[in-house]
Amino acid sequence: MVRPLGFLVGLGFITALVLAIFTTPLSNEANVAHEFHKHPRHLKLASDGIVLPHWDKAQLQRGMQVYKEVCSACHSLHLVAFRDIADFGYTEGQIKTFAKGFQVPSINPDTGEPATRDGLPSDYFPSPYANETAARAANNNALPPDLSLITKAREGGKDYVYSLLTGFQNPPKNLPAELKPGTGLHYNPYFGNLNLAMAPPLAPNQVTYADGTKATVDQMSKDVTAFLVWTAEPKLIKRIQVGYAVFFFLLIFTVLTYLSYRNIWADKKH
Amino acid sequence: MSFPWAKPYEPTHPLMKWMDEKLPIPRLVYNATGPGYPVPRNLNYFWNFGVLAGAALMIQIITGIVLAMHYAANASVAFNSVEHIMRDVNAGWFIRYAHMNGASMFFIVVYLHIFRGLYYGSYKAPREMVWLLGVVIFLLMMATAFMGYVLPWGQMSFWGAQVITGFFSAIPIVGEPVREWLLGGFVPDNATLNRFFSLHYLLPFVILGVIILHIWALHIPGSSNPTGIEVKDEQDTVPFHPYYTAKDGFGVGIFLLIFVALTFFSPNALGHADNYIPANSLSTPAHIVPEWYFLPFYAILKAFTFNFLWIDAKLWGVIAMFGSIALLFFLPWLDSSPIKSSNYRPLYRIFFWILVVDVLLLGWCGMQPAEQPWVILSQLGAIYYFAHFLVILPIVSRIERPLPMPNSITEAVLAKHATDTSSASATA
Repeated sequence: MVRPLGFLVGLGFITALVLAIFTTPLSNEANVAHEFHKHPRHLKLASDGIVLPHWDKAQLQRGMQVYKEVCSACHSLHLVAFRDIADFGYTEGQIKTFAKGFQVPSINPDTGEPATRDGLPSDYFPSPYANETAARAANNNALPPDLSLITKAREGGKDYVYSLLTGFQNPPKNLPAELKPGTGLHYNPYFGNLNLAMAPPLAPNQVTYADGTKATVDQMSKDVTAFLVWTAEPKLIKRIQVGYAVFFFLLIFTVLTYLSYRNIWADKKH
Repeated sequence: MSFPWAKPYEPTHPLMKWMDEKLPIPRLVYNATGPGYPVPRNLNYFWNFGVLAGAALMIQIITGIVLAMHYAANASVAFNSVEHIMRDVNAGWFIRYAHMNGASMFFIVVYLHIFRGLYYGSYKAPREMVWLLGVVIFLLMMATAFMGYVLPWGQMSFWGAQVITGFFSAIPIVGEPVREWLLGGFVPDNATLNRFFSLHYLLPFVILGVIILHIWALHIPGSSNPTGIEVKDEQDTVPFHPYYTAKDGFGVGIFLLIFVALTFFSPNALGHADNYIPANSLSTPAHIVPEWYFLPFYAILKAFTFNFLWIDAKLWGVIAMFGSIALLFFLPWLDSSPIKSSNYRPLYRIFFWILVVDVLLLGWCGMQPAEQPWVILSQLGAIYYFAHFLVILPIVSRIERPLPMPNSITEAVLAKHATDTSSASATA
């Protein structure tokens, strides 16, 4: 009973699929934007890979400077607290001073009115806009995304962020009219639909690095991307280090279980 | 529920004797996983995956309970509470990544467990009930994993919930009300998140209960084995402990090594970047893709693009997707061949390997956008999937001529060792 019924059900599915094959066009609709889209360029960082990765503290300090002086005008970083930057080698005093340089939202204890106060190490990086509406109003209706997780939240990760920052260029001559950047948009072949609301954010020597590194667009892009790799996962290096310890412990455990398995089965053919 | 030569439980210590009279749990353990449970002596490494699935479930339950202590199931804070676990909770990043990749490991071992059953005919009499309960566990796992994926409340969480509950709206008349009832609203929102969290915490314990039934049903006839010949006498078996506890211990070691490598060195490899973007009902991701373990079924869903017999394409897809799993319930009766192991089924063995390739192909297609050649490949893949179980298998089991079989497990083992030694002396 099961077999004849199953046979009929099977034929039903197969007929529906065969008809689907013959009614689905075999060619795809042309996607012109696809031809101009570029794959992200690889960015090598000290925190990459699993062979002795580490944080390049000097680079993270520079990257944070770029974020603070450039990106933070439009982009929030709401998952990162000032205390977290101890990872870059700052002392407690330096972090306190750094936090004090920010005004964070507060409430006036006398009147209950909204106010601001100096930042504390326990505060998070303040957002540049009060809310989404304010952010859109200031940016031609585009919403600058929060950057805390950006290197994990985009296909291509850090490579994508780095390529996007360095990828602004004039549209190629053969670009079809419908793909040309409209008002307030900027051509960038690394962006999904090629036209990005963000203007090229970096110009040579836009920041002055304390350690004397030359502030080229490429250098600043690398530094801020390294910083954003850290903001996306501050526990990344610790994760790899703990991973090695756990892996080698388990390797010894597995070798021992294998030996005891061989020992126990030694007298049994199987 | 065991063979006559099974070692009886004879407690010697007064405390164990006292316990045995009052609540014989040590007796149960002794007879179920101890020296009191005789197991075929010839099990290969594919018989490790049941224990590994149990280990994976325990890891998920333990990490899950700890995560629930820090997670907040509220649409406005869920995403940030996961990041709080990743950043502020002691070793929270480890617990969360272990839970995330533990789900993948669970599915990997369960898929291998299922294909082991398909190759060695483990679903056949007298073990049909073991197979049926296994399919129930698989369905419960899929429901649990789906609801768990919604909890971080990222973009894929939200849109995955939207798409999967959308399946129900394909059902005529009652579909849309059923969908709204499941979601607790018109779109996934706080009510959805709360009920999914509640069920995601409940279902693993239901799975645990069905696993106990699965093992109970297994222990009635005892484990199958690579020859598919039933146990005849004592020399065919070894006591579960220490023989298979030792072998499973080694298996668990290998499993943990792979699990740890994934969790610590590449924890996001099997995930989607989009799920690190908070859920946004106004912005649809370019490609909504489920987790990798659902991809073959997702490809079957998308393969149906033609309205046929007054049933529209979407409903065909939904019926076929659920049907592709439901047909597993009928497998013991679709395959009428009395031979269990594919080692002695030359024809079925070929189709088995085609099925393996087919499911991998469907998984690959499930990941791709709805463009050619992926559409036609998933259509061909889905045709083979249904043809394999509903057409080919019943025919093959009727016309196939099995290879000559040994008389007993011991004979098979000794024959294997005889050829091993003769080939070894030939090379010497």
